[in-house]
Amino acid sequence: MSDATLTVDAKGKARGKGRTGSSTAARVAKYAGVRLVVLFFTVVVGIYLVVLVANMGGYVDEIRKGAIREQVSIAVFADESAEMRELTAAEKRELIEERVAVEVKRQGLDRPFIIRSFAFLRNAITLDLGFATDMVSDSGSKLVRLILLERLPPTLLLWGAANITLFFVSLFLGLFLSRKYGSWLDRVVIALAPTSSAPAWFYGLFLILIFAAALRLLPFGGMVDAPPPESTPMYALSLLEHLILPASAIIISSIFLQAYNFRTFFLIYSSEDYVEMAKAKGLSDRDIERRYVLRPVLPTIITQFALLLIYLWMGATILETVFNWPGLGRTLFRAIGLYDTPVIVGSQVIFAYLLAVTVFLLDIIYALVDPRVRIGGEDRTR
Amino acid sequence: MKNLREILRYPTAIIGLVIILGLIGVSVYAMISMPYSEAIRLWRGGENVWAQNPKTAAPTWVNLFRRGNLPPTIVINSEDETVEKTREVVSEDVTDVDLSFTFDYPYHGFPQEISIFFDAEYEEKQPHVSITWLTPDGRELRIGSMALDSRSMTYRVSQDDKLQRRLRTDLPTHEALFVDDPTADTMRLVQGTYTMNVSAKVFEPDADVDAELVVYGQVHGLAGTDHRRRDLSVALLWGTPIALAFGLLAALGTSLTTMIIAGVGTWFGGWVDGVIQRITEVNLILPVLPILVMVGTFYSRSLWLMLGVLIALYIFGGGIKTYRAIFLQVKESPYIEAAQAYGASDSRLIFRYLIPRIIPTLLPNLVTLVPSFVFTEAALALLGLGDPILPTWGKVINDARFNGALYQGNYYWMLEPSFLLMLTGLAFSLLGFSLDRIFNPRLRGM
Repeated sequence: MSDATLTVDAKGKARGKGRTGSSTAARVAKYAGVRLVVLFFTVVVGIYLVVLVANMGGYVDEIRKGAIREQVSIAVFADESAEMRELTAAEKRELIEERVAVEVKRQGLDRPFIIRSFAFLRNAITLDLGFATDMVSDSGSKLVRLILLERLPPTLLLWGAANITLFFVSLFLGLFLSRKYGSWLDRVVIALAPTSSAPAWFYGLFLILIFAAALRLLPFGGMVDAPPPESTPMYALSLLEHLILPASAIIISSIFLQAYNFRTFFLIYSSEDYVEMAKAKGLSDRDIERRYVLRPVLPTIITQFALLLIYLWMGATILETVFNWPGLGRTLFRAIGLYDTPVIVGSQVIFAYLLAVTVFLLDIIYALVDPRVRIGGEDRTR
Repeated sequence: MKNLREILRYPTAIIGLVIILGLIGVSVYAMISMPYSEAIRLWRGGENVWAQNPKTAAPTWVNLFRRGNLPPTIVINSEDETVEKTREVVSEDVTDVDLSFTFDYPYHGFPQEISIFFDAEYEEKQPHVSITWLTPDGRELRIGSMALDSRSMTYRVSQDDKLQRRLRTDLPTHEALFVDDPTADTMRLVQGTYTMNVSAKVFEPDADVDAELVVYGQVHGLAGTDHRRRDLSVALLWGTPIALAFGLLAALGTSLTTMIIAGVGTWFGGWVDGVIQRITEVNLILPVLPILVMVGTFYSRSLWLMLGVLIALYIFGGGIKTYRAIFLQVKESPYIEAAQAYGASDSRLIFRYLIPRIIPTLLPNLVTLVPSFVFTEAALALLGLGDPILPTWGKVINDARFNGALYQGNYYWMLEPSFLLMLTGLAFSLLGFSLDRIFNPRLRGM
């Protein structure tokens, strides 16, 4: 995150062009700093809540203690060695108690949950995510960090590809529609906008039905063919083939609403008085669009993009499950099925950080494009 | 009233309203025709409840799109009038009971299975039955003979390997009984009137044998059946009130509480507002769906608990920021100052003066929120976290996915609940869009 702040400083200086240069940079830096602190605090609270929920407020400890007791008793009663056979039942019970106490202490279960929950929190925040109880990464490690890091690239690939396409296509479609206001294409998009009430996974089911089940054109799910192709170009081709359906599902589920929103914003802003004024002056349409319409809409567009990203991070679990996409979302789903608390908390931590970084970066960009922050910015840093 | 008349000027709003009213009608019908406990009994029922239904049979209306009709299930009980039942005393100990089942088979497809459910009355000596099959082209096939070793015995023709060997065929027996020559390489399905004769010998004066012939079809009812022979119409019908209740309650619950919290925060300002703002930001970081999934796996999968958690997570959602912006403007209005001047209390100011002003923003938001909650419920079901008792659309989709409906071409199974989900989503979203235009004059004419 410190990298982001640095580039912002550089940009801020470049933009300021000497006149208000240093003060602008300072303001943006201060703004970024405050946002960073607030967001960090937010992440801490959010992760603590996740830790509480994932441990069922301490109930998981009881389950684990029960499991230890069972294991120890089985071990003691199954031990057929000579000295064991000489022990009476009472002595055996004593031995079990003793060993349970040692094991509980070794796993740190003897301390109250509240204290340990803060230890969990510290570990989570420093990304020291511990070991999974059941799950194993493809490379054979039980480190939660490795399991999750292995799953991050597929998630980033799918959501990155889909979101960037979605954003630019809907932006230009919206711009195009606002120019052709009232045309048949415009009406079609307006009519289709309500279809965005259905989420991406829902369209995913339909796409699988049509293109995988009925037409047999594209794969049902997964990320590459099995076994994965040897050569890099073939691998990329296979990857692309598997990417088409999930990415299309994401795009179809939001493109019409996005384009409709952009179009409406552009229309609202192009009916402002100063745009009429520019038209009266005889400026070209292109100039009007760039200087008088796009400029004031920029913060709104960026907010839209931010919201889009945030909501899509959340939708990842189901879409990835539907398409068997080996990303973070599906890992979370599997971890929950296995009651693998460290992996659950770990993936929540990653999600929280991803969200926070998204929000932070967008805040910075927002600060750069919004003159109220760049020039006068005190009121926005609240 | 004025707004209502305005709504009717938008065709999309009318379409949305009509669909919503239709869904409400279906809900009322579902609740009247099939009480809650009955719906749950049917949905949780196993083979005993659904014994007469075929497995994963398509809905009957698929026949409209085919040249030859697929067979529905044929059920004939020997207590029906169409079955000839004769009783003849042969000797002191032996009585013959003959049952003759006749049915028409004009269909262009084989049945899925054939089963005979016997219902015998006797004290000690087990009756003996032998079954023969008469085809329309006049052949007589011996199906088998057996002693009825329990009072209600089921003979599954489809699982009788001996019969298959006797017919010298590779076809499953229930198909072999319907072709002209089961031993040939190319065979043809014979249409016409089939007869199955059951002749039973009972060895006690009061003993009797009744039977029920079930020729399982390939189509069933309006909605078809699933892998557990359950009639999907139960889930589709009862899914409607559940989806509507879930969506509406969640949308109402979140919108109203969010509105009140935003109102209180803006009115008092200062630290109250600050705390609310911070909570909203923490809430933004909390991933809603994973938390729901965790609650579902660790605590309980009850739909109503999920509803509660969902509302709790959405209360401090993005809506607060929108409402806050409006409240901040309204707070400075002269009429608020006037109310303060006459000594109105804080609560009166918030509930009577501030909140009514944002109803125009609230209403479209509320309506457009409904589909997202309906789909959230379906999403949870798709993750295997659906309510364990209730029949819902999402659970049908989940069943269909897990039992390979797409691989085996049982598209109806997934399409029916999806269609209803889409219809619900579209209806509320169409209405919401129109309301947005009505209440936001800026959007009018765009």
